Amino acid sequence: MVMQDRKLALTEDRLAKIPRPADGADWVTQARAAAMDRVIAMGLPNKRDEYWKFTDPATLVQADAPEANTLKPSEPPIFDEIDRLKVVFVDGVFDADSSDDLALAGLEIARLVDAMATDDHWAKDLYGVLEKNGQTPVHRPLAALNTAFATDGLAIRVTGKAAKPISLIYHYNSTHSDAILHHCIKIEEGAELTVLETGPAAARFNKVMEVDISEGGTFHHVRAQGRDHERRAVTAIFARMQANSALKSFTLTVNGVLTRNECVIDIQGDDVSAHVAGAAVGDGADFHHDDTVFVTHDALNGESRQVFKKVLRNGATGVFQGKILVKAGAQKTDGYQISQALLLDDDSEFLAKPELEIYADDVACSHGSTTGAIDEDALFYLRSRGVPAQTANDLLVLAFLAEALDEIADETLAAALLDRLEGWLARRSS
Amino acid sequence: MLEIKGLKVKLEEEDKQILKGVDLSIAAGSVHAIMGPNGSGKSTLSYVLSGKDGYEVTGGSATLDGVDLLDMEPEDRAAAGLFLAFQYPVEIPGVGNMTFLRTAVNAQRKARGQDEMSAGEFLKVVREKAKALQIDADMLKRPVNVGFSGGEKKRNEILQMAMLEPKMCVLDETDSGLDVDAMKLVSEGVNALRDAGRSFLVITHYQRLLDHIKPDFVHIMADGRIVKTGGPELALEVENNGYSDILTEVA
Ligand SMILES: Nc1ncnc2c1ncn2[C@@H]1O[C@H](COP(=O)(O)OP(=O)(O)O)[C@@H](O)[C@H]1O
Ligand SMILES: [Mg+2]
Repeated sequence: MVMQDRKLALTEDRLAKIPRPADGADWVTQARAAAMDRVIAMGLPNKRDEYWKFTDPATLVQADAPEANTLKPSEPPIFDEIDRLKVVFVDGVFDADSSDDLALAGLEIARLVDAMATDDHWAKDLYGVLEKNGQTPVHRPLAALNTAFATDGLAIRVTGKAAKPISLIYHYNSTHSDAILHHCIKIEEGAELTVLETGPAAARFNKVMEVDISEGGTFHHVRAQGRDHERRAVTAIFARMQANSALKSFTLTVNGVLTRNECVIDIQGDDVSAHVAGAAVGDGADFHHDDTVFVTHDALNGESRQVFKKVLRNGATGVFQGKILVKAGAQKTDGYQISQALLLDDDSEFLAKPELEIYADDVACSHGSTTGAIDEDALFYLRSRGVPAQTANDLLVLAFLAEALDEIADETLAAALLDRLEGWLARRSS
Repeated sequence: MLEIKGLKVKLEEEDKQILKGVDLSIAAGSVHAIMGPNGSGKSTLSYVLSGKDGYEVTGGSATLDGVDLLDMEPEDRAAAGLFLAFQYPVEIPGVGNMTFLRTAVNAQRKARGQDEMSAGEFLKVVREKAKALQIDADMLKRPVNVGFSGGEKKRNEILQMAMLEPKMCVLDETDSGLDVDAMKLVSEGVNALRDAGRSFLVITHYQRLLDHIKPDFVHIMADGRIVKTGGPELALEVENNGYSDILTEVA
């Protein structure tokens, strides 16, 4: 009880320090107030919470964002050659000058702040709704905090096949920027959208993306989080999926002191396909990367896949917490989950918590988690053919990550991410 | 070409001497065979020559064209022209066979100060050599040795040898696990590479392979030493009488 009181006191203290957002339409005021109540009821996370045991949230929760120097990128921006609608956010604020016009065939798109000023905006039925649903059975207070304070982000309603991908580009200039962004995406029946997300966003970034996928809708998501070493991020995707819909999300994480990527998928309609994957590479004791995924099957014949790979060296830490929950009646569910870490030295660490909870009897679910080192026999085999040790090592690292990259449907996007991984390895070869 | 003098090798982790003074001199263009009971140290010799970890050289030397092999990294030995066809080729999930071959060929060319092979040229050469070994496009695309049958793995070793054009080829039981047809393919692959500047050290248990690849010399290895050397007739003797006669004779 005392502990709970302390948590509440800390939470209230912390919330008081966040600037109150300007008033919006009534629905916004209500959504924010409800979210605020949720945060206070749950309390902000600490290391004692079940899903924060492996990742200390202290720097995500503390009042001020720890300093994070920006990195001058040595390579051109990723996805540069891809035809896309660019939407740029700097320090968590929409940058109209650097962005394309917010107009694209197949969808309507608005800044969240504009949607929030509109009384009868469609986003009122989505904003904070999937986030709230995603609070049971596992609390995600930082996502509720996001809903309570967010002002910027996008509201995208897709009605057809989007003419090109929407590319969200995040930069930061201030070494103490503390950014909150919230995107609401509604995919109408049979509609299709690809969202790309790139860049470091802020010294400390809290992002929520709510994705509501109607019958037969398709959502593709490919993300490359910025390789700035000192940045911190807590992100959450909340997806609700109706019959015959499909979701595919892939995240590449290179560097960053602290990254927690949550993904909460709620399968409500039959014959759904939901794939989440990620590759993370970290070098150094100050690298900490956490994937926390929760897939709920509550319909027939759903297929879900989680494929997460991490390459860790010089004391880096990787975390995977993945759960498949199959509710009673969700027969013919096919759930798959694999998390693997390649540790390039003895100092690095991978902590995994794979979970299956199944209440239906006619399902096929499997999960696995492995931690290993470079295969010495394979390394020698390559070297015996004349491949230098470093090249052989890099080849084996990329081979390890290949299974995760294979999860990306679009070959151009996959090649762009592979190129970034090769760059990361090359910078570490000498 | 390859000069091995008094080579003594023990396991790095254990106090176990495996090679107890091996002498072997292989001239350019010649084919030597090593036969011998299991556990006599044949594979160890091939590994030590190619630079595998886990062994400690406690005496003697091994040179390739006068250059000390034992001091070099495995990749440098390969670039210097040494090739080992593994008794147990290694599977490498996630690395395509083609990528592997191209990386190896170009790494060796680079080490020798040559230009990399263009993608087009490489493809042409690889296809031609693969065809001769009946290695199809699918096997080239698949990850290195993953899901290959025993025979496919061995043919893949010979393909690598053909692509890398080494001057000193060590074949460790390349014939084991091969049916008659595969044996013929592999032997033809080896024979196609025979040339005045290239030497072979063929480790085998069977006369069968030596019918196809005619050796100039046959050595019998036992308990970490070469105990007897002769011509091709020595292999026939082993085939007919096993090792025991020879071993009692030299004991
Ligand atoms: N890495 C190793 N660890 C332990 N024992 C080994 C190792 N390598 C070789 N040996 C031992 O050395 C001896 C020779 O083995 P090997 O060279 O494989 O023989 P061959 O190829 O002639 O059958 C055997 O007794 C084998 O068990
Ligand atoms: Mg052997």
